[in-house]
Amino acid sequence: MYKEICAKYAPTKDNLIYILHDIQDSHPQHYLSAEAVTTISDYLKVPENHIYGVITFYSMYSTSPRGKNIIRLCESPPCYIKGSDNILRKLKTILGVEVGQTTKDEKFTLELCACLGVCGNAPVMMINDDVYGDLSEEKVEEIIDKIRGRN
Amino acid sequence: MAKNVNVWIDGHHLEVPEDLTIIEAADKHGIYVPRLCYHPDLPPTANCGVCVVELSGSPVPKRACCTPVAEGMKVTTNSKNLRAYRKTLIEMILSNHEVVCPSCTANNKCELQTLANNLGVDPDALPNILVKKETDYSSPSVIRDPNKCIACGRCITVCNDVQTVYALTNSDRGIGAEVTTAFGMGMAQSPCVNCGQCTVYCPTGALRERNELDDVWDAILDPEKHVIVQEAPSIRVSLGEEFGMPLGSVTAKKMYAALRKIGFDSVMDTNFTADLTIMEEGTECVAKLKAGEKRPLITSCSPGWIKFMETYYPDLADCVSTAKSPMSMFGVLSKTYYAQEHGIDPEKIVSVAIMPCTAKKFEARRPELSDSGFQDTDYVLTTREFLRMIKEAGIDFANIAEEEPDEGMSFYSGAGTIFGATGGVMEAAIRSAYTLVTGEELENVEILGVRGLEGVKEASVNVPGFGDLKVAVAHGLGNARKVMDRVREGLKTNGESPWHFIEIMACPGGCVGGGGQPYGNDIASRARRGLALYEEDRSLPVRKSHQNPEVQKIYERFLGAPNSPLAQKLLHTYYFRRSISNGQVVEEVTHKHH
Ligand code: SF4
Ligand code: SF4
Ligand code: SF4
Ligand code: FES
Repeated sequence: MYKEICAKYAPTKDNLIYILHDIQDSHPQHYLSAEAVTTISDYLKVPENHIYGVITFYSMYSTSPRGKNIIRLCESPPCYIKGSDNILRKLKTILGVEVGQTTKDEKFTLELCACLGVCGNAPVMMINDDVYGDLSEEKVEEIIDKIRGRN
Repeated sequence: MAKNVNVWIDGHHLEVPEDLTIIEAADKHGIYVPRLCYHPDLPPTANCGVCVVELSGSPVPKRACCTPVAEGMKVTTNSKNLRAYRKTLIEMILSNHEVVCPSCTANNKCELQTLANNLGVDPDALPNILVKKETDYSSPSVIRDPNKCIACGRCITVCNDVQTVYALTNSDRGIGAEVTTAFGMGMAQSPCVNCGQCTVYCPTGALRERNELDDVWDAILDPEKHVIVQEAPSIRVSLGEEFGMPLGSVTAKKMYAALRKIGFDSVMDTNFTADLTIMEEGTECVAKLKAGEKRPLITSCSPGWIKFMETYYPDLADCVSTAKSPMSMFGVLSKTYYAQEHGIDPEKIVSVAIMPCTAKKFEARRPELSDSGFQDTDYVLTTREFLRMIKEAGIDFANIAEEEPDEGMSFYSGAGTIFGATGGVMEAAIRSAYTLVTGEELENVEILGVRGLEGVKEASVNVPGFGDLKVAVAHGLGNARKVMDRVREGLKTNGESPWHFIEIMACPGGCVGGGGQPYGNDIASRARRGLALYEEDRSLPVRKSHQNPEVQKIYERFLGAPNSPLAQKLLHTYYFRRSISNGQVVEEVTHKHH
């Protein structure tokens, strides 16, 4: 499967980022495994340690399996000032996980990220591709419940 | 040639080439700018900020290691602000560091410790915020302790850019940033070839060899054991410096005396098996040449190179000499020939090797290197460990009276001793191969074209009855890669290698620059030690391996002839293909002759 995804791109180094995205998005657990990195390394002729360095440099990539829904709470100063630490505490409690961990039912992974560019609505989080702003503890609970019910 | 510019450093007027950085210009003129991540042998990583200097016309201080000089530049290296700034930087580093200097292997050699001391830094100025990480003990050769890492990046540069092994990398960023292997799998599950060059360039104790000193002491102090020791060629020119003798002093006889005083039962010399290697490898080479073989013969003594070949060039494994390294030949002979000659039960023999090399620790543990019926070489100590041993035993090395080694597997020729410098194995092999092909003695034994520190050296030697013998010598694995790519390409395009015979050493400079050599192992000291080996060669009565009387004796009394069935069994080996992801064996690619 990894080979097929690689083959969609020309084997040049500047395609690394795109291939990583594509492979991570196509994986049901939204992550980049060691096997995936071996395949990409072989295809692009970029050493595995370099690819690993790139993956860990960017917070959008993960090297461990993640849940179906990825929550990314902004930890930049504007959100922090508006109380993102309370939101984080709330998320940890209702999900029962620490940052970087996945819930037992594999439905949610909790992550932090840098500014999402909607500081006007701070505090902000993204769940998968959707942005949620002006968060309060009640609102967070509602959002999570809704997604839980959906899938 | 770059044109010269005028710069003023602390008021001193200098005229320097414009392609220098400020730190290079300052170093050239003996002006010391404090630094931590910069090392003159390596391109700057500019990670630490300690080298900041003030420039006239620049509102902010600049890093001297990565700022080029410019016409009219006025540099201040020492000011109240700079001193305070540097001090704070070091205090911050120490606050995220496991400060345990007295028990640290880098104690007294550590660049962080020295700098902190020079700058008058108080280690407790800031509270310690270190979150302890696990030390990576997975490798038989190199231990990585992240709690002493200052993220200078030198090891990454060496491993990736100089050695092109691609084991170490930066991971994450910010406070979580660290130096690690892909997926944090550990050194033993990476392509690491154990060369130890990272340990040589690490400014702190974050990278070090696996310590086998206690095991060796235990063996020595066990009356049941007969402990035999061998020392690699480069050791004899790398010990004196630690005891205040000039760099590159030849101290073979002090070394024997120290070993005997430490308590080894039998003091021999790897140089003897270096000569034997030439007999085995030279015979192999001549057979190939006579058969008109288009594939080259490549040397096999460097274990970092061998693992590199198994990982990146297994398709060329058949070109690599099957001869074991001098260390492993010694190991197997210590438990067969030596045991037999001295009537000692090989089970009681503990075979110790003192090597300039961390990869030798890995080599000794290769399961296939047990043709004596036991692990052929029991323990490998690096030069650094041996120096600790000498000090632990309280030996005044500089003043110890010289002694001879024990007789037998200790006699060596000049050819054996130059094995320790890049080009030395090639030169030694030519001295004997010439005789093997022509039946005559080579008059001028010094093959200058293969000496020196150029990365890839090429030479051609006229051998009557054969023609021009084309040879290449590479040291440092980045250079090995260049040579191997050309061999692969040559074989693919016209079925022929550009050279008949190739010497490869994993470490820049050869064994004198090995990953187990004393701290401060920079290119300049490697060059000096190499010259010392050539000086010793010139001073020896026998300079060709085939003229070594003990080598002649072992063939008469034990092995028969070079490449005989017994020699094949004991002195030759075979190779594997390894995974680039984790360095593990995938399959056997060459096989042992029976
Ligand atoms: S690395 Fe240097 S500063 Fe750190 S404990 Fe070792 S000697 Fe001390
Ligand atoms: S020992 Fe050599 S190959 Fe291994 S990590 Fe260090 S520099 Fe790289
Ligand atoms: S391990 Fe040593 S060489 Fe590598 S980054 Fe850390 S301090 Fe520098
Ligand atoms: S020595 Fe220049 S930044 Fe470290």
